[in-house]
Amino acid sequence: MSNLEVHFHEIGVLDRIAAGDTFVHRLDPRSKLLATLLFIVGVVSFGKYEVSALLPFFLYPVVMAAASGMPAGLLGRKLLIVAPFALLVGILNPFLDREILTAIGPVPVSGGWISFTSIVFRFMLTVSAALLLVGTTGIHGVCFACEKLGMPRVFAVQLLLLYRYLFVLADEGIRMFRARSARSFSGRAPGPGLYAQMIGTLLLRAIARAQRIYLAMSCRGFDGAFRSRTPVGWHVRDTAFLLVWAAFFTVARCVNIPEIIGSMFVQ
Amino acid sequence: MSHHLVEARNLSFSYPDGTPALKDVNFRITHGESVAFIGASGAGKSTLIHHLNGYLMPQAGEVRIGEVPVTRETVSGIRRTVGMLFQDPDDQLFMPTVSDDVAFGPLNLGLPRDEVDQRVTDSLSVVGIEHLRDRPPYKLSGGEKRAAAIACVIAGAPDILAMDEPSSDLDPWSRRQLIQLLAGFKHTKIIATHDLDLALDLCERVIVLHKGEVRKDGKTREIFSDEEMLLECHLEKPLRMQT
Repeated sequence: MSNLEVHFHEIGVLDRIAAGDTFVHRLDPRSKLLATLLFIVGVVSFGKYEVSALLPFFLYPVVMAAASGMPAGLLGRKLLIVAPFALLVGILNPFLDREILTAIGPVPVSGGWISFTSIVFRFMLTVSAALLLVGTTGIHGVCFACEKLGMPRVFAVQLLLLYRYLFVLADEGIRMFRARSARSFSGRAPGPGLYAQMIGTLLLRAIARAQRIYLAMSCRGFDGAFRSRTPVGWHVRDTAFLLVWAAFFTVARCVNIPEIIGSMFVQ
Repeated sequence: MSHHLVEARNLSFSYPDGTPALKDVNFRITHGESVAFIGASGAGKSTLIHHLNGYLMPQAGEVRIGEVPVTRETVSGIRRTVGMLFQDPDDQLFMPTVSDDVAFGPLNLGLPRDEVDQRVTDSLSVVGIEHLRDRPPYKLSGGEKRAAAIACVIAGAPDILAMDEPSSDLDPWSRRQLIQLLAGFKHTKIIATHDLDLALDLCERVIVLHKGEVRKDGKTREIFSDEEMLLECHLEKPLRMQT
């Protein structure tokens, strides 16, 4: 099985985990979406040199992963897949910003390295929170929550179909690349011309397949609205969940908790 | 009026590139009949099946389902009446789990949740795949996918089942299971197939398509005994009738 196929099957694992039945899974999708949004706003609103104040925010993904049974290994692998994007964003910082801001023991640390670390932390926090949201709610739940919170239905359905289209595209891609591998006897990489042709064909195949899937949906009464079988409703537990995390995010945003704890030890 | 009536009157259709697919096709299928459309590849079977639930609209002539012509205005009602089984079950299964997929149609019918759950359970039970209800469809075997696709269709409680090559890609055991399952259905059944033995098992009537035209319409055994006509249409007798 190629790496592409492995990653494709791992995307599906999130759907399987989302069908779980823990306290976190039973929460209303809206409360989880709002908590995740508050979390992301809190994390990205810090200054570019902030590192220590970000640390308490790791509590949220850790607690959510533990409470929902999301395997840490899976979460880690997903973070690694997206990691190059974050590294690309921050990799030049240590070279461009060489002003020494602090020191770890005798080693001076420049502002570039601090901002780079901050970017990596923020990336880990925000991406893991988003993965946990999808992994405990399912993409259907997330789209349902978006719609209920005021997103126009057409956008919510677009988001849902975009996610489904990923599977169609990946499935068609896997078939094509499998066929190519079967006839690449020399093992030599094909030229860019072949890849360009394959990508064009992949698009056409995926569109044709998507049309057939849309027909299947139309045949079963799809009218532009996705309906969920899972009964949802806002309960006291949702209010409590949202309030507790909102309070924690506010405190963690306004007060540098690690600094306070550190100063207590120093004294 | 019977909801189970399916009728084509002087139906003609050409694809946008100019390829003619159906020419002046006429037939009338009545309540409870099981009819097979057979023909060589490119004879127009799939094109015809796609007209029965309004995926394709007639360019000339008309298709009527239960006395209602298939038009853009009537198509949503028509799709409630005609359940469509696709050639590739992967096209039909698009939800995260089998039960979600089976529930998709009943939810769109606006049924209450209890009723939806009941229909899911009943449909999975009819096709014998209750144990697959929480499995992701893309991880099923070919036979299981086909069974799940059938459960999806019957969950919408259609009066008519239209099927495009239902036995393609199935191993002999899965194919036999499928034939037994379909034989138990009381729906009006319309099957486009190359599998002439399946047609012999399930259908009392056969319509032979050749180059987009109805070449012959009659009782299954009579049609399958006309070797000359079958050969002209690039077909041959079912294996069971060959000596």
